[in-house]
Amino acid sequence: MTTEKTAADAHKVMIQLKNVNKWYGSFHVLKDINLEVMKGERIVICGPSGSGKSTTIRCINRLEEHQAGDIVVNGIPLTNDLKNIDSVRREVGMVFQHFNLFPHLTVLQNCTLGPIWVRKKPQKEAEEIAMKYLERVKIPNQALKYPGQLSGGQQQRVAIARSLCMSPEVMLFDEPTSALDPEMIKEVLDTMIQLAESGMTMICVTHEMGFAKTVANRVIFMDEGQIVEEDEPHAFFNNPQNERTKLFLSQILQH
Amino acid sequence: MSEFKPLPDLPPPPNTVGAIGWLRTNLFSNWLNTILTLIAIYYIGQAIFWFVDWGIINASFSGSTKDDCPLNAEGEKLGACWVFINARFDQFIYGFYPDSEIWRINLMLGIFTLCIAGLVIEGTPKKNWLAVFTLFIFPIIAFYLLHGGRFGLDTVDTHKWGGFTLTLVLAVVGIVASLPIGILLALGRRSEMPIIRSISIVYIEFWRGVPLITVLFMASVMLPLFMTAGTETDKLARALIGIIMFQSAYMAEVVRGGLQAIPKGQYEAAQALGLSYWKMMGLIVLPQALKLMIPGIVNTFIALFKDTSLVLIIGLFDLLAIMQSAITDPNWPRVSVEGYLFVAFMFWAFCFGMSRYSQALERKLNTSYR
Repeated sequence: MTTEKTAADAHKVMIQLKNVNKWYGSFHVLKDINLEVMKGERIVICGPSGSGKSTTIRCINRLEEHQAGDIVVNGIPLTNDLKNIDSVRREVGMVFQHFNLFPHLTVLQNCTLGPIWVRKKPQKEAEEIAMKYLERVKIPNQALKYPGQLSGGQQQRVAIARSLCMSPEVMLFDEPTSALDPEMIKEVLDTMIQLAESGMTMICVTHEMGFAKTVANRVIFMDEGQIVEEDEPHAFFNNPQNERTKLFLSQILQH
Repeated sequence: MSEFKPLPDLPPPPNTVGAIGWLRTNLFSNWLNTILTLIAIYYIGQAIFWFVDWGIINASFSGSTKDDCPLNAEGEKLGACWVFINARFDQFIYGFYPDSEIWRINLMLGIFTLCIAGLVIEGTPKKNWLAVFTLFIFPIIAFYLLHGGRFGLDTVDTHKWGGFTLTLVLAVVGIVASLPIGILLALGRRSEMPIIRSISIVYIEFWRGVPLITVLFMASVMLPLFMTAGTETDKLARALIGIIMFQSAYMAEVVRGGLQAIPKGQYEAAQALGLSYWKMMGLIVLPQALKLMIPGIVNTFIALFKDTSLVLIIGLFDLLAIMQSAITDPNWPRVSVEGYLFVAFMFWAFCFGMSRYSQALERKLNTSYR
């Protein structure tokens, strides 16, 4: 695994969350989240369901609105300013648990939509970009099919390619393998590992601990809307400090 | 280790496929269904026999007066008197439009038919431009052709419009205008902006809550009372505005139903790509929602098409109204059955056409393979 980066990159803060709080009605879902992600860093967030891990990364591209604290992405503060929200979303790609491909468009059209309508690229150039990334996720031959004709693993790889077509600075993964049949998890993880090797800044919410061990720079454990523990993977898995983390790890690693 | 070998496919049991299989499963599956099938065949056969006898074998088709429809010894007609439809056909179609100007309606209907045919038939070149022409340029051409007053055409006042032409004008304008207004209202009702949402809700609930007849009465009788004297608005225009207001509220609820069926993930994926609200709606949400809404939208269109005949209560003579006045003509006694059948057939043909096209469209747009 290549971890060396240029000195300039290593000191560039890509995402900064400072005392972020969020409530759903009166339910306090995120409590004082503090997180700093450097350029090129790969973070894995794990934790039990309802712990706020998805909500955290959904706040980073404003699919959820935080009510207190600051979020700065690539130097752009996330406020109610629609212009800032739009520029953050342009820089941040997101891959969802249920793929969320557009079923009425072909695979190629799914991938060219963003470049054409958001980046204002001419159609031909957008298609070249799309084919480049579809080749990278190894499904260029499915470009003219509709998402409904593909398997779950293929759909998720298309979703990754669709995000990459926007040439984002950061990629967010929200449980990308949780909705997949066991036979298809590996092909998606391989794609993500390959992406990590290319130096992409990534935040992954996932339960794939093998992936966390091989790819992550840091693993974050969340529970009850708080960051309970955060460490580099070796220390996190072999020597967890918090009792809650130990319990969680013993439950998910026993089989 | 043994090798996995799939079993070969066997043919289905006999008498379950083909025409005989279909009859067995659908019409003669048990003794009760067999009896019901035979009874139904008897009555349907009787009705068809009566209609063929009355409407075709004993009917009179050619001629120009009631004397061309022969009577029997008791003074009753032998069969249908289609001569009546023939003789009054121009009036049914063109209303009271001056004879010398009827070519204008024909030209308008001709262009309209070509446009619709071009849009419906698959593989027409430059379909997008044809759609733009049909939606934006054709209405202007149609208005000046029908109404005149420019380009050397004599003005034909709208109170002379009537018959099937009027029905078409009301239905087509109503349909074309109510869909976009309905979409905007539906988006407004789902908007997060409280003022826009409130306005949409009040509009929809008000117009859905009053009968169309009331709307038409208000438009034709009440509205002029509030206007300053001399600012006479055209009666047809008022009826049209009433119909559009009314139908757009219905359309809005159909569209809202379709919007609700689109999963939240589609909105989120579009937002995550950085699409703005209108791009998200126009490129992702509405194309999928409208596809789901086709049955509901066409249902509303068909209802609107038939509702246009309500304008007779405010003194506009659409196809139904003109036929009703024609059958009271003493020169043509006892032709009401023929008249109503003709009107029913005209309405049915157009509604059935819309219905068939919508089904074809649904099949064509179905890409989800779910």
